[in-house]
Amino acid sequence: MSIAQSVLPAAEERPVRRGLFARLLRRPSPVAGLVLLGAILAMAALADVAYPVDPLDMVGTPFLWPGADPDFPLGTDMMGRDIAAGIFHGARVSLLIGGVATLVSLVIGVGVGAIAGFFRGRADHALMHVTELFQTIPPFLFAIVIVAILQPTMTNVVLAIGLTSWPSLARLVRAEVLRLRDGEMVQASIVLGLSDARIILTHVLPNVLAPIVVSASIMVASAILTESSLAFLGLGDPNIVSWGSMVGAGREVLRTDWYVATVPGLAIVAAVLALNLLGDGLNDALDPRQNRR
Amino acid sequence: MALVVLGIAVVNFFLLHLAPGDAAQVLAGEAGSATPEYMAALRRQFGLDQPLPVQFVQYLGNLLTFNLGFSFRHGLPVLELIGQRLPATLLLMTASIGFAVLAGSALGVVAARNAGRLADTLISTLALLFYATPVFWIGLVLVVVFSVGLDWLPVGGMTSVEAGYGGWDHVKDVARHLVLPAATLGLFYLAIYTRLMRAAMLEVTTQDFVRTAVAKGLKPRRIALRHVLRNALLPVVTMLGVQVGSILGGAVLVETIFAWPGLGRLAFEALFQRDLNLLLGILLCSSAVVVVVNLAVDLLYTVLDPRIELAR
Repeated sequence: MSIAQSVLPAAEERPVRRGLFARLLRRPSPVAGLVLLGAILAMAALADVAYPVDPLDMVGTPFLWPGADPDFPLGTDMMGRDIAAGIFHGARVSLLIGGVATLVSLVIGVGVGAIAGFFRGRADHALMHVTELFQTIPPFLFAIVIVAILQPTMTNVVLAIGLTSWPSLARLVRAEVLRLRDGEMVQASIVLGLSDARIILTHVLPNVLAPIVVSASIMVASAILTESSLAFLGLGDPNIVSWGSMVGAGREVLRTDWYVATVPGLAIVAAVLALNLLGDGLNDALDPRQNRR
Repeated sequence: MALVVLGIAVVNFFLLHLAPGDAAQVLAGEAGSATPEYMAALRRQFGLDQPLPVQFVQYLGNLLTFNLGFSFRHGLPVLELIGQRLPATLLLMTASIGFAVLAGSALGVVAARNAGRLADTLISTLALLFYATPVFWIGLVLVVVFSVGLDWLPVGGMTSVEAGYGGWDHVKDVARHLVLPAATLGLFYLAIYTRLMRAAMLEVTTQDFVRTAVAKGLKPRRIALRHVLRNALLPVVTMLGVQVGSILGGAVLVETIFAWPGLGRLAFEALFQRDLNLLLGILLCSSAVVVVVNLAVDLLYTVLDPRIELAR
């Protein structure tokens, strides 16, 4: 399933073999994803330069609509906070939480999947039961409970998202490892007397890298969605500005000043869209079979 | 399956006991300035003074007899509270999933049959956008447009209490209240099913039996509906089982926005009231719903594809 394919007619000619990056740039949608992601990264990087004041400070008249005052292009909210400043600083928070939470899931998911797939038998059985357990408990409810119990700080939000989003990756990695396990390469390594850890790290995992990379970009996107949902419910760190908490705060004035809640939401859509486009592009670029369809 | 349910009970119980403070403190805090004696009496009354393993064994024993304990805050047994709220959530889930699967599959079929053409591009772009939009934001935008702006549909709640409708009018009233929450929750999944259906249709189209059908001169429409669609439905059904848990999570957001009196909103209230027992019950019941739906999905498989037999 790939968005790039659905948006575009399939490309006719295909080069024999080119670099991953070159293949990514051959279709417009991953390029659009990269450009969008670059813009958001730039916003995160320049937040302190463009808006050196704390985005939670009151800087202008409350309820300035977007465009009403050139000093505040996206307007101000009910507390007189600059919405544009919130979006810039929020980009930093969203990308950071999305990235680190995905790292946590990657460590757990790849670890569980590789061990289960490589050792099979009892280890596989036990780990797959745990995975099934984590897949059965509704992940977002689970994340809510974790954050509420451990207090809403940035670290705990990262932990909650990381702990609840690894199961599908674990299954994916396990399936790939199971496939490679009986292949000649792994068998040869066993005959050569390499240790299990070495075989997994240097021979198995590098060959599973492609699906992991594709999953990772989609996982960052859904981590950003989860983070914003938690923040929207008031389960974000109260001391930092986040896109989700901006939408949540704007909800109170939805009837009259709907821009307060809707503008930060567009930032979330842009970030998630960028990562999904990139993920689909990577999927196509890394899986040459799909290009032919 | 039973092992998973037990695992869920273990996870929930110990997770919630990691929390600082206990229900007695919250209760006493609510009641005003409580004496230590009163607190101790409260703890004794609800078994909170027992060591954790004892509390856990008690909890498991209660589970086996379908006793999920008592909610101090609501003054009702947890099972009864959940029983009151579950139907609203199931209604919301069914409506949004039904909408997502039907509309999503239809859009996916149209996109696949026009692959590469304008209709495909439009549908796929739309799916891409919905897939990237947070549920709560869709909800707020729909409220702004359809409730505040156009005043077509109610802002929230499940019924117009003041109207006191009965019979058919009541059903129509609930349906009117259901439109926005169900659409909000459904649009994200609509995007998923559209993409999935499109990919599955394209995949199945390349298979030999489809070529046979073409070769024997069947009409393209008949091939699409009878040969391709039926086989392409399998991944859609699989996805349904995978998505239940996530839909229950989304229900928390949607029910909070639309004041829909379901399980999600109950969970949200319970969290902020530190009503541990109630929360345990909700997590357990939500997970049970996931288990049951997955069983149903397995059964549905055998109907859709007679070659599949249920193991054991």
